[in-house]
Amino acid sequence: MLQFILRRLLMLIPVIIGLTIIMFAIARLLPGDPVGLAAGPNATQAEIAALAAEYGLDQPIWVQYWHYVTGLLHGDLGTSLLTRRPVATDIAAYLPATLELVLAAMAIAIVIGIPLGLVTAVWRNKWPDYLSQIAAIGAISMPRFFLGLLLQLCFAMWLMWLPLGGRLPIIVIPPPTITGFLTIDSLLAGEWSTFTLALRHLALPAIAMSLSPLATIMRMMRSSTIEVMQQDYVMTARALGLAPRLIITKYVARNAVSATLTVIGLYFGWLLGGTVLVETVFDWPGLGLYATKAIVSQDMMPVIGVALVIGLMFVIANLIIDVLYGIINPKVRYS
Amino acid sequence: MTDTLSTDALTPPKYDKLRRAFFRFRQSKLSLLGGVLVALVLFFTAFGTVLAPYPEHIAGGVDTANRFIAPTWAHPFGTNELGQDVLSLVMAGTTVSVLAGFGVVMIGSIIGTIVGAVAGFAGGWVDEVLMRLTDLTLTIPGLILAMAIAAALGPGFGNMVIAISLSWWPGYARLVRGEVLAAREEVYVTAARAIGATPQRILFRHILPNTVSPIIVKMSLDMGFAILTVAGLGFIGIGVRPPTPEWGTLLSISRSYMPDYWWTAMAPGMAMFVAVFGFNLLGDGLRDVLDPKARR
Amino acid sequence: MTALLEIRDLHLSMSSYEGSADVLNGINLTVNRGEIWGLVGESGCGKSLTGLSVSRLAPSPPAHYSKGQILLEGRDLLPLTQREMQKLRGKRIGMIFQDPTTNLNPAFRIGEQLTDVALAAAAQDDTILDCPAHSSNRTRRAAAWSLAVEMLEKVGIPNAQSRLASYPHEFSGGMRQRVLIAMAMIGRPDLLIADEPTTALDVSVQAQILKQIKANVAEYDMGVVLITHNLGVVAQTCSHVAVMYAGNIVENGPVAAVIGNPVHPYTRALLSAIPTKDTKRGALKGLAGAVPNLINPPPGCRFAPRCAFAQPACTKATPPPETVGPNHSAACIRAAEMEALIHA
Repeated sequence: MLQFILRRLLMLIPVIIGLTIIMFAIARLLPGDPVGLAAGPNATQAEIAALAAEYGLDQPIWVQYWHYVTGLLHGDLGTSLLTRRPVATDIAAYLPATLELVLAAMAIAIVIGIPLGLVTAVWRNKWPDYLSQIAAIGAISMPRFFLGLLLQLCFAMWLMWLPLGGRLPIIVIPPPTITGFLTIDSLLAGEWSTFTLALRHLALPAIAMSLSPLATIMRMMRSSTIEVMQQDYVMTARALGLAPRLIITKYVARNAVSATLTVIGLYFGWLLGGTVLVETVFDWPGLGLYATKAIVSQDMMPVIGVALVIGLMFVIANLIIDVLYGIINPKVRYS
Repeated sequence: MTDTLSTDALTPPKYDKLRRAFFRFRQSKLSLLGGVLVALVLFFTAFGTVLAPYPEHIAGGVDTANRFIAPTWAHPFGTNELGQDVLSLVMAGTTVSVLAGFGVVMIGSIIGTIVGAVAGFAGGWVDEVLMRLTDLTLTIPGLILAMAIAAALGPGFGNMVIAISLSWWPGYARLVRGEVLAAREEVYVTAARAIGATPQRILFRHILPNTVSPIIVKMSLDMGFAILTVAGLGFIGIGVRPPTPEWGTLLSISRSYMPDYWWTAMAPGMAMFVAVFGFNLLGDGLRDVLDPKARR
Repeated sequence: MTALLEIRDLHLSMSSYEGSADVLNGINLTVNRGEIWGLVGESGCGKSLTGLSVSRLAPSPPAHYSKGQILLEGRDLLPLTQREMQKLRGKRIGMIFQDPTTNLNPAFRIGEQLTDVALAAAAQDDTILDCPAHSSNRTRRAAAWSLAVEMLEKVGIPNAQSRLASYPHEFSGGMRQRVLIAMAMIGRPDLLIADEPTTALDVSVQAQILKQIKANVAEYDMGVVLITHNLGVVAQTCSHVAVMYAGNIVENGPVAAVIGNPVHPYTRALLSAIPTKDTKRGALKGLAGAVPNLINPPPGCRFAPRCAFAQPACTKATPPPETVGPNHSAACIRAAEMEALIHA
């Protein structure tokens, strides 16, 4: 098992190299004038040249790439033209916000989606099932940023139950950083009121993010449950007098969940890259918002850094899912 | 003695053919609804600009005397900050969204089909290199990749379509490669090879035609998400620039006028939802008909 | 004395697109404790459905019981709800199915699966577990676990204690079937229905499994219905046999009588299809024709179209069982003259 994990982690190296090459190619080979944008509209040619030299952007692309890769070995992701800070520092600040949002959304999606899929499979072809199937396609079709806007309008602006955006009100001092998750950090610091605030800020963006994975997980869980219910061992369990409730919630559920796990892994990576729009709507200071701001000003170092970090997260998330899959499904051997 | 047994939740479904037929009927009703919605969307794509009640607003005309009128009979979805009729803008926006979505799916599927067919047919190191490239592209979050390319290429309809397409092909490459690998082993391909058909002929006459229906199914399912991505780029401010009406851009502008002028957001948002919902329903139905193996 | 299981004139129809088929057309069968009944016949003759019907596991719809009774110690099972049936399953009626690889849940340790069955049975009868009636769940689970160890040892699995922590894929096919027997027996059922329990196993393992089932009958004084298409298995294991054809039991009686002195032409045909050591190479006999379409069955005796001795009278009505020997009957209107016909 440990060997399996190590081997998979080693495979990250070619992924990192490939990702940086692709992103570098996009950053440098496509037209665009990032330095000019960063220097400002009134900068002279000399000032622009000086800025380019400062960031090494006047050198040939392969030299720039070499500098980037060697820097990467020291955890250096380059410097942002826009914030003028090291990209690694920025990402370290923004990544926990995104992770907290994605994990919260995934938690909602899993906690609701899996039982719902199980239940609709049991109610197969009755009207609650049809209704939920239509609702699921509707949920997948709902643009997340429009949903976010509607939630804001309804719960933050009209009803004023929940805050409009951000992670905490500006006047509240955040808890000391341990995990970077404001909800967990405030709990660790024992600041109950801060925890409530952080949770209230998290609620709307997390709901907006969770709807489409929820629907997908539900559909996947439903179809795998239906498949599992046709297995011989379910018939045996019935024939030997196990209660239907026990059969479904214990024996069928575990087999069906293991088939659904793969989808959850894929969705996790997809959500990490898909926070952009929801972060924009809710002004959530995460990687997506950071990348958007960088992209708009064609500041490519942060974009490469964000793509790299999310790519790595994606690979690691799938590794975790594979390990979980092995735990739930003992037949899978790590090879 | 007659005894109708209660239907048990665990009854194996292999036997209930009748129920399944009923279910399929219901499902086809849903894809029918999808078809109707898609037809409606396509109708507006073609005639939205012509039929719009205030065509002058589509070209960028403003009517400052009538700013922010709440929905009335004259303006069913109200007017925006420039006094433009929101319904007219949204109707015209259909063209941009649907054409862009269609362009993305077409270009994406063409690139993907070429990559996948070459990889699957050539095998060896060519396959290895192309598939590693595909996997890498899949690892990069699609929206960020599209945003980066679009920003570097500059604003404009064509650039936006190209940018999204470049993040869209890997799914097709994988699909087509899988189909080609499977088809290579089929008897009719072996037979064609045995009678001395050239590799090109085998690929174009025997293998690719058999991959068409899964590609069409994937295209119809992807259409909705392509429209969503187009709108997402517009929402962020990359892509088509005003005054060209585009759903995402319209929604993004209306954000600044919430909550007082909430109606400016409703029409573009609902239009997106309806279009995507229609394509998803239709795609789901098409998959059941064209690609029954993929039925879940 | 009431019989352990008595099936009286059971009619089961299945509805499909083409119409409704009487797949069980008046089954009569009586099983007493200590008897092992072999239920034999070609595929599709209704053997498995008869077995499933006793547990009321035939999927319904489309299955519909139009007539008859299934009496378990005098109590009719057909009017019971699924919830009431669930209390009998595992506790009163145990079942074993054909394929041991697919009948154990791959995601759970076998100890877990055995324990749950034991606990379900103990919910009906506390004496199964060796612990006081109102013990905590934890105590009951522990008791069920040690009962599982005991059962695994009984079915001949070495190192039972440690094997309980294994997953099904860690066992061989024969061992898995033993686990399934242990699982069917753990609730101490009075009646065991074994549906082709050895078909998926090696010949060498088959004999051991059958011996195991036989040993259980002696130990627990229960009745067994052994569904098989293999007359060799019947001869080796069973005390009685019922031969089924197209939804009817055409001949039944003690094994020695039915196999030694078969009366119904179908039984004779089945027996002559078995190759013996005298069978010449290439002389394998099959049965001409196929099982009829049950949606539109042949009138009267359903075997008549394939029968060498059929007469016009055979197509008039379903032949009633005729007694042809002690406890031995055959559903053939020419049963009495059959002896003479064969030697003619």
